[in-house]
Amino acid sequence: MIWLLSIIFIPAIFAIACLGTSRHHRLNRNLAIAGGVTLLICSIGLFTQVWHHDYIVFQVGTWPAPIGISLVVDKLSAAMVLITGIIALAVVVYSIGDIDEYLQRKHFYALVFLLLMGVNGAFVTGDLFNLYVWFEVMLLASFVLITIGGKRDQLEGGVKYLVINLVSSILFLSGVGLIYGKLGTLNMADIAVKVAQTSDAVLINSSAMLLLVAFGIKAAMFPFFFWLPASYHTPRLVISALFAGLLTKVGVYALIRSYTLLFHSQFEIVQGILVFLAGATMVTGVLGAAAQYEIRKILSFHIVSQIGYMVMGLAIGSALALAGAIFYTLHHIIVKTNLFLLAGVIKNHCGSTDLKKIGGLYRWAPGIALVFFIPAFSLGGIPPLSGFWAKFSVIKAGLDEQHYLLVTVALIVGVLTLFSMTKIWAEAFWKASPDEQADAPPKQKAIVWPLLAPCIALTTMTLVIGLWSDPLFALAEASSAQLLDPSGYIESVLGPTEKVGLVANHE
Amino acid sequence: MDTLIAILIGTLFAAGIFCILRRSIMKLVVGIMLLSQAANLLVFAAGGLTLNTPAFVLGDSQLPPEGYADPLPQALVLTAIVIGFGLVVFSISLLLRAYIAVGSDDIDAFNQTDQIS
Repeated sequence: MIWLLSIIFIPAIFAIACLGTSRHHRLNRNLAIAGGVTLLICSIGLFTQVWHHDYIVFQVGTWPAPIGISLVVDKLSAAMVLITGIIALAVVVYSIGDIDEYLQRKHFYALVFLLLMGVNGAFVTGDLFNLYVWFEVMLLASFVLITIGGKRDQLEGGVKYLVINLVSSILFLSGVGLIYGKLGTLNMADIAVKVAQTSDAVLINSSAMLLLVAFGIKAAMFPFFFWLPASYHTPRLVISALFAGLLTKVGVYALIRSYTLLFHSQFEIVQGILVFLAGATMVTGVLGAAAQYEIRKILSFHIVSQIGYMVMGLAIGSALALAGAIFYTLHHIIVKTNLFLLAGVIKNHCGSTDLKKIGGLYRWAPGIALVFFIPAFSLGGIPPLSGFWAKFSVIKAGLDEQHYLLVTVALIVGVLTLFSMTKIWAEAFWKASPDEQADAPPKQKAIVWPLLAPCIALTTMTLVIGLWSDPLFALAEASSAQLLDPSGYIESVLGPTEKVGLVANHE
Repeated sequence: MDTLIAILIGTLFAAGIFCILRRSIMKLVVGIMLLSQAANLLVFAAGGLTLNTPAFVLGDSQLPPEGYADPLPQALVLTAIVIGFGLVVFSISLLLRAYIAVGSDDIDAFNQTDQIS
C-alpha cells in the first residue's frame, strides 16, 4: 500500500521542494537527483509487491469500490511505473549537464516531477474520471515544459501541441460523461461489468469511439499524429527525451486498458478499426521520417511509426500479441529516450542536429558511436537486440491470427526503419565532418559525463534485454494473461461478490 | 428541457469546432472555450436533469429522497470547469507569446516547425 501511494506522493513532495528552491541551483539539482533515486526505489518496491500479489488495490478515503476512487495496480501498471522511474532518473541525471541556471529558475525540475506525478497517476488509477484528471496534470506540466525558454519555434510547436491535446481532453471528457449517463458508474472495473451486461450497444460504442479518438491523439496514432513531429523537436533535448519516452506511451496504455478492460466484451467492434489504424500509423510515420534530415525530426516520426506496432499488438488481441505489445512498449521507452538523449550529446558536440551540418563523430568518439549504434539498430529490429524480439513476437502473433496484410506492412516498415537509422548512422558518424572538408581544424570538445552516463546505462539495459530477454518477456506474458482475463481485475476491485449496489439513481 | 439542452450542447460543439478551424488565433481561443463549455454541459446533462429535487439526504433518513438530483456529475463538472479555467488561461498567455514571436495572428504563419529541414 505504502509503495502505491509513494509513487504519487514522492513526485508531488519533490515538485514542491524543487519549486521552493529553484533559486539555489546546487540544492535544487541535488534535490532533483534525490527525488529521481527515491522515485525509482519506490517503483521497484511497488513492482516487487505486485509481482508477488498480482493486484494491489487501494480505495481512496476507504469508500467501497464503485463509489469512491480506486487505485489499482496490476502487472502492466507496475511495469509501466517501474520504467517511468528508470526514465525519470536518467532524465534528471542528464539534466545536470543540459539544464542551465536560467531554466532551473523557470522551475524545470518542479515541472518534471509534476509531469511524473501525472504519468504515474494515470498508470495506477482505476477510475475513468480520475484518469482524466491525471491526464490534465500531465498535460499542464508538459505544456509549460514544451514552451519553456520561449523561442519562436518552441512557442509555435507549443501552440500545435496545446490545441490538439485540448481537443483530445474535451473528447475524453465527453466520452466519460456519456458513459456515466448510460451506466451510472465511473469505476473501470464496474464499467467493464456493466458494459458486458448491457444490450444497448449504440451509446456504449459512441463512448468507445470518443475514447479511441482521445487516446489516439495522445498516443499519436494515424490520423491524429501531426502534432507530434511538429512539436517534439523544439524544446531542450532532455525534455524531448522525457516526452518521447513517456507521454505517447500513456496514450498507448490507456488504449490497452480501454479495450482489454472497459470494452473487452465489445472488442470485435473496434478490432477492425484498430488493425487499419495500426497499419496506417506505421506506414505514415516511417515515410515521414524518410523525408527528414534532422535527427530529432527523424526520431519524432519514428515514435509515430513505433506506436503503430504497439497498437498492432493490441489490435490482434491474442495473448502473444498483447505480450508483444507490452514488450514493445517497455523496450521502446528505453530506446527512444536514449536516442533523444544521445541526440543531445551530438548537439552538444556539433552544435546542431541537422545531418547535413554534422559528421565525423565516429572519429571523435568511437565509444559514443557504439552507444548510439545499439539503441538505433535495436529500434530497427536487428537481432539479437531488444527491438528484434519485440517485433518478432508481434509479427509472429499476426501470422498466427492470419493478419497477413498487417504483417506485410509491419515487415516493410521494419526495413524502412532500418533505412532511417542507417541514414543517421552514416551521416552523423561515418561521413567526414563538413568542417574538416573545408580544412577547418576539427572541433575537440570534452565529453560531458552527466550527459553520457544515462545514455550508457540505458544502452546497457537495451543490450541486456536483447541478449537475455526471458525475464522481460515473462513479465510481458504475465501482464497480457492478466489483461486477457479481466475477471481478476474486476474481482480484486469490486470484491468477489461482483454485485455491489449502486448509489446513483438514474432515470 | 432535455431536448433544448441537447440542441444547445450540439450547437456549442459545432460553433467551437467551426471557430477552431478558422485561421485567426483569437477565434482559436474562443473555439477552445466553447468546446470545453460544451463538454462540461454534456457531463452535467448526462447525469439526468431534474427540477426542484435536492441532491442531499433530508432529515433523519439514511437514503436520499426518491428522484433526487445526482450530485456526482455536478462534482465532476466543477472539477472539469476548474481544469478548464487553468487550460484557457494558459492557452491565452501562450497564444499571446506566440503571436508576439511569430508577428502574425494568422495560423497559416505558424509553419516554421513543420518544414522539412
